Order: sequence, then C-alpha cells, then structure tokens
Amino acid sequence: MLDKLISYFQYPFVQYALIVGVLIALCSSLLGVTLVLKRFSFIGDGLSHVAFGIMCVAGILNLTNDMLLVLPGTVLCAVVLISGSEKIRLKGDAAVAMLSVSSLAIGYLIMNLFSSSSNLSGDVCSTLFGSTSILTLSKTDVLLCVVLSVLVVALFVLFYNKIFAVTFDENFALATGVKAKAYNMLIAVITAVIIVLAMNLVGSLLISALIVFPALCAMRLFKSFRQVIICAAVVSVVCATSGILISVLMGTPVGSTIIAANIVVFVLFSIIGKIKR
Amino acid sequence: MALLTCKNLTLGYDSTVVAANINFQVNQGDYLCIIGENGSGKSTLMKTILHLKAPLSGQIITGDGLKQSEIGYLPQQTTVQKDFPASVNEIVLSGCLNKCALRPFYNKAEKALAIESMEKMGITHLSKRCYRELSGGQQQRVLLARALCATQKMLVLDEPVAGLDPKVTMEMYEQINKLNREYGITVIMVSHDISAALRYATHILHISHEPLFFGTKEDYLKSAAGLAFTKGGNEDA
Repeated sequence: MLDKLISYFQYPFVQYALIVGVLIALCSSLLGVTLVLKRFSFIGDGLSHVAFGIMCVAGILNLTNDMLLVLPGTVLCAVVLISGSEKIRLKGDAAVAMLSVSSLAIGYLIMNLFSSSSNLSGDVCSTLFGSTSILTLSKTDVLLCVVLSVLVVALFVLFYNKIFAVTFDENFALATGVKAKAYNMLIAVITAVIIVLAMNLVGSLLISALIVFPALCAMRLFKSFRQVIICAAVVSVVCATSGILISVLMGTPVGSTIIAANIVVFVLFSIIGKIKR
Repeated sequence: MALLTCKNLTLGYDSTVVAANINFQVNQGDYLCIIGENGSGKSTLMKTILHLKAPLSGQIITGDGLKQSEIGYLPQQTTVQKDFPASVNEIVLSGCLNKCALRPFYNKAEKALAIESMEKMGITHLSKRCYRELSGGQQQRVLLARALCATQKMLVLDEPVAGLDPKVTMEMYEQINKLNREYGITVIMVSHDISAALRYATHILHISHEPLFFGTKEDYLKSAAGLAFTKGGNEDA
C-alpha cells in the first residue's frame, strides 16, 4: 500500500492536490471558529452558491479566467451579509438562505440556456461536489492558492486579538473605540476568499462542512479561544491530508472523503468530551 | 467642566421619538443611576452615551480629559456569549484592545493591567477557567474586569444584576460601590432596582419619555417624581 502511495506521489497533480487541500483546510478552519461563534455557520453554503452562480455567468461570457469575476462578486456578497446594515443582519439566516438558493437556481438556469458543453450535468456535478477539479489543478492555480492562503493566515495572526474581541462582544468593542465595523468587513472578505478557493477542493455543496466541522470538533474538547483555534487548525489539516490520501488510494471523491474524515473526528471528540465531563 | 454633558438630547429610532429634552451632566466621582420603566428610553439613552447609536438631535460632550473611547461598558449578556469558548484571561485582556490601535499584540503594560483588573474584581483564581462554566455572578465580574481594562475613569453598567440571586446581587452592588468610592471611577448605572439606586447612587436621572427628574439622591427623595416612584416601589415590596 505504501508503495502504491509513493508511486502516486510521483505525479505532480497528486502533490498539487495535497498542497492546496491542506492550505484550504487550514484557512477555512481558522475562520470557521469565528463564523460558528458569530452564528454564521451557513455563510459558507450561501456564499459558495453565490460563487457558483457567478461562475456560470462567467462561463457563458467565455471569460478566460473566471476568478476575475467570481472573487469580487463573492466578496461583495459576503460584505453585505456579514457586515451589512442592522436590517439585513437581523434577518441573517433568511437572507443567506434566499441568496444561496436563488444563485444556485439562476446559475443552473443560465448554464442550461446558454451552455455549449455536451456534458452539462457532469459540469454542474463537479462544480457542486468538486469531484475532479482538485486533481486537475494547474501550476498557476496552486500558486494563487498558496499566495492567498499565506495572506489569509498572516492576516488572521496579525488581527487575532481584534477578531476575538469582535466575535465575543461587538458592542463592547465599538463602545470602547475599536473599529469593529472594519474588522467585521475584514472577516467577511477573508471568508469570501477562502470560499472561492475551497470550491476547487470540495465543491460548493460541502464548503460549510469544511468551515463548521473543525470548529465544532475543537469546541467539544477545549475551553479557551486560542486552544480552540489551534485544535481546529490541526483537526482540519489532519482530516484533509488523510481524506486526500484515502481518496487517491481508494478512488473515492475527494470532498466527500475529507468530510467523512471530519465526521469521524467529530464523533470521536464528542465522546471524549462527554467522558471528560 | 463635567466629564459628560448631555444637552437637549432627543432619542429614538428613525422618526419615532423615544425620549426627548434630556439634559444632565456627570462629574468626576459621581454615581448616577438612570431609572425608569421598561420602554422609557433608558437603554436607548445608554446606547447613545456609548455612541452605539446616534441621537436624533442634541449633543453629548465629554470633558475633563475623558475621551469617548475611555468609557467602559458592562453590557447585558448575549446568547452568543453563553457558550463561547474563551478563558477568563482572554476576555479580560480584550478590554485593552482600544489601547492597541494597529499594534497586533498586547504589550507588557496591558497584560499587567489585565492582571490588576482581575485582582480588583477578586477573580484572579479564575483566570484560566472557561467563561461559559462560571456562575452568573462570576461572569459579571469577568466582564466588569474587562471594562476596567478599557477605562479608569467612567463605567456604564446596563442592568448589572439582571438574573443574579439576591446574595450575589448584594456582592455585585458592593463591588461597584467600591470601584466608585475607593478607585474614584465614575459610574452610570441603568437599573430597574429603585431600592439599590437609592442606596448607592449619588445622583438620580428618572426618565419616562421625558426627564421627570435629575439631581442628587437627597433632592430626588423629596421630589414629586421620587415620592410617587418610591412609594409605588415600597407597596410592591
């Protein structure tokens, strides 16, 4: 089995998949803790569907690099949803749900009406479940992903204390003269970037899992914010690595395998958490 | 000059006026209690003082070297906080954030300030504990310690004893009183609890859509509004 694994690793596409997978898992878990605690667990789902819709539009416009449209569009939606006005945020979950379903529907509709591809349902399936795209990454994709991930991690570390304060108690931060609105905006932008990146890995349907599971796992066991963040990052990276390795060996879909690994860890941590208490 | 002066404040949401013609001032070392019934505009006034909400008209002036960002705040607990994984130390330290500006991490002075604040509130032994596992009274102390990190001058307390049992309520009031008397911190407290207000406060602001009374506690007890309210309170009790 080890021989088989080593022989697979001769191929650059397997190496790329592993690099991108680990980086995205790391980034999404960092932000995931904040999003779960801010009660924005479903933002991943919503934004990824928005990205899907925009991707479809970019597809029919025949853009050579659809990232140019997808990234800014998704960032815009994230900013409106997370740091938008009180009125939008009051209806947070409904707004996310509505945006998510309508982007999905419109995107699929547009694809159906204008697409020239012969394998339409195959295209849609791979965008939604990311079944193959992570194994077809080009060198530029990998480079873009590395740069953006490093940026996300750096921003997260530099603004760690601010993100904590804004997540724990936004009003207190505002009242004591902290620019909470700006930090919310930062969280929104980073979230959108991660989601667009993660679509390559697990596809738009499973992104929520990548954001939510590591955070929830860590919260079963750990009690300080820093421990939860570190544990979530470790869980996420371990699950992504093992998920990719298993999927390469067994030929299972990458996204689903990673999330299955996350589910196993979650159950395990829940049991340990119960016993400890 | 007073620490905080409110001039002709009109409070409300969009076009709905909640309270109007509010004029008062708070001096260094005062203990002001804002009382009034539910919906009388107490909370809106408090949010306006903290600049969380803009007034419809009128002015809030800070003076005597008090900056807007130096008003500490003890909010009511939110549901988000009830299951938040954070240690006491992390939360108290986050009160220092307004001193950081763009500096990413806390410096030694801020860490020392956090330790000092925890000592003042008597929660040093809890510093490694998880916030969500503490009792209601302990959680309030943690949040108060955080507010002390943000300010040494003025605290705004929103119903600080809501949901606490009588014994813990008394301890909490004593603690706030100590901060006011011993450390000279100016306190503005929003409360339903008229008996505590009369016991500890030096000044009373009684509002019911418009200010019914502002002045010292002694004057309040003799005023029409005070007599009506305290009499009503006693009958309840």
